[in-house]
Amino acid sequence: MDRALTFEIGRRFPGGPAVDARASIPLDGDPVTVLFGPSGAGKTTVLRALAGLDRPDGGRIAFGEEVWFDASTGRHLPPQARGAGLLFQDFALFPHLSVRANVGYGLHRQGAAERRARVEELAGRYGLGALLDRRPSQLSGGQRQRVALARALAPRPRLLLLDEPLSALDAPSREALRGELREQLERAGVPALVVTHDRTEALALGDRILVLVSGTIRQAGPVHEVFSAPADVEVARVVGTENVLPARLVRREEGLVAVRAGEAELLAIDPGGVEDEVYACIRAEEVVLEPDDGHASSARNRLRGAVLARREEGPLVRISVECGVRLVALVTRASAERLGLVPGARVAAAVKAPSVRVVPRRR
Amino acid sequence: MDLSALALSMKLAGLTTAVLVVLGLPLASWLATTRFRGRFLVEAVVALPLVLPPTVLGFYLLVGLGPRTAPGGLFQAVLGHPFPFSFAGLLVASVLYSLPFAVQPFAGALAGVDRRYVEASHTLGVSRLGTFFKVTLPLAWPGVLAGAVLTFAHTLGEFGVVLMVGGNIPGQTRTMSIAIFDHVEALEYGAAHRTAGLLLLVSFAVLALVYGLQGLRGGRLLSWTGR
Repeated sequence: MDRALTFEIGRRFPGGPAVDARASIPLDGDPVTVLFGPSGAGKTTVLRALAGLDRPDGGRIAFGEEVWFDASTGRHLPPQARGAGLLFQDFALFPHLSVRANVGYGLHRQGAAERRARVEELAGRYGLGALLDRRPSQLSGGQRQRVALARALAPRPRLLLLDEPLSALDAPSREALRGELREQLERAGVPALVVTHDRTEALALGDRILVLVSGTIRQAGPVHEVFSAPADVEVARVVGTENVLPARLVRREEGLVAVRAGEAELLAIDPGGVEDEVYACIRAEEVVLEPDDGHASSARNRLRGAVLARREEGPLVRISVECGVRLVALVTRASAERLGLVPGARVAAAVKAPSVRVVPRRR
Repeated sequence: MDLSALALSMKLAGLTTAVLVVLGLPLASWLATTRFRGRFLVEAVVALPLVLPPTVLGFYLLVGLGPRTAPGGLFQAVLGHPFPFSFAGLLVASVLYSLPFAVQPFAGALAGVDRRYVEASHTLGVSRLGTFFKVTLPLAWPGVLAGAVLTFAHTLGEFGVVLMVGGNIPGQTRTMSIAIFDHVEALEYGAAHRTAGLLLLVSFAVLALVYGLQGLRGGRLLSWTGR
């Protein structure tokens, strides 16, 4: 089975940027695809077109064999007929209905008994049992998110669309819920498309990523691949973090964690809530290159190795270093000349522990 | 006491309100959501009774629905009697005259419902009509109630249109405001006092009841936001 959601969404805005996004999302296998891009890139336009809430000006949307939208034939399937669940940014729970009625809302075609059973089942799965008779206004942000997810999943959608699912939460609950959401998406057993502009969210939630820049999809692929090997400068600027290293947690000490990436061991601040498989993320400008025989500095991570490649980027030079793991560093041209950073040169890469961001990765 | 006039006024106000809820909600819903460019023209027509003297409306109704016109003939064919000086004619006139008092608050309330709730309902598979009854209307309820109360109160006190279209037939078209006018013209100040006092009392009671019920439900739900 190689079903895919294939779309080509064209939209023009008077006096604004145009959107012309094309991509294909596999529906079997990888459960979570992230649609990533800065604000104004057109993420919401794409999401709303997929949900059927807006009609694009041109293009085509097909879910497997089923055509949802085709500008050339004028076909536009209404949202009711698409079977795509949508999780709104601030959840949009019906304020006049109880949690029970919210979760059961999409089950209107089913009998009362069937409906009750499904609501109970979802309440159990998402820990809503004690909340069923409350109103949305009486819930915390995290509880609202779970209700919204249960509501969207109740009618067994074929696709789940999530619009910045964590952005409506305050920072502490966002941290706590990121991992939880990934788990819930996996358990839902429905292919999901998550829209986000947050790198950490993209890494923590996604298997695959689509990078949307000024209305077009610039790159698609597995998350850490796209983050560590951006296709062009614009994608690199958008994804920001050049070094995304698959790593494994080896120990915790004094508020720090040690992770092993390739042959290298890196110390980082313990973000809490991470176990085993992680990504260690380091921005290229935070990797300091020093002579191989230099003295110790305050940086806790000092990895010795050799220059692999260099690429001029205006006043800066992008240096790839093999030092047990492959790191990208961004240094000024003057520094590169002073240190003699040519391929093969011996060098040490220093990174302060707070510059290493550890993000959970689940398999 | 003009109890039959009171009963007639209440019946007219109640039926006018009922008709305007049934006809006004779809119209308001259309006004609240349409992107039709000529919408302003429809809005202007709906608002006309706010500006026009009731005599103008009454006059055009008498002319337009007169026995020799096509609409007037239809009216007679369906109801078995001509339009002028009948309760049914009065009801038609009242509905038109109170149109803005229902439609404007309805449209304001419906437009005030957050679009995302409607969209959430659509993505959950519920039809447009189903969404209107399950989401939009319950959320717009305070504004709809405000419109209904305004319509009722406005019809209860209406005078000009009734006089033009209905005349003064006891039990048929003699509403409270006509009765008061009658009493004053005949210099029966005592009777005028009683009828006027009764109308004042009933109007106050209706409004107090609605505001009281809203107060019990916790909040200033009934605000006069007939935008």
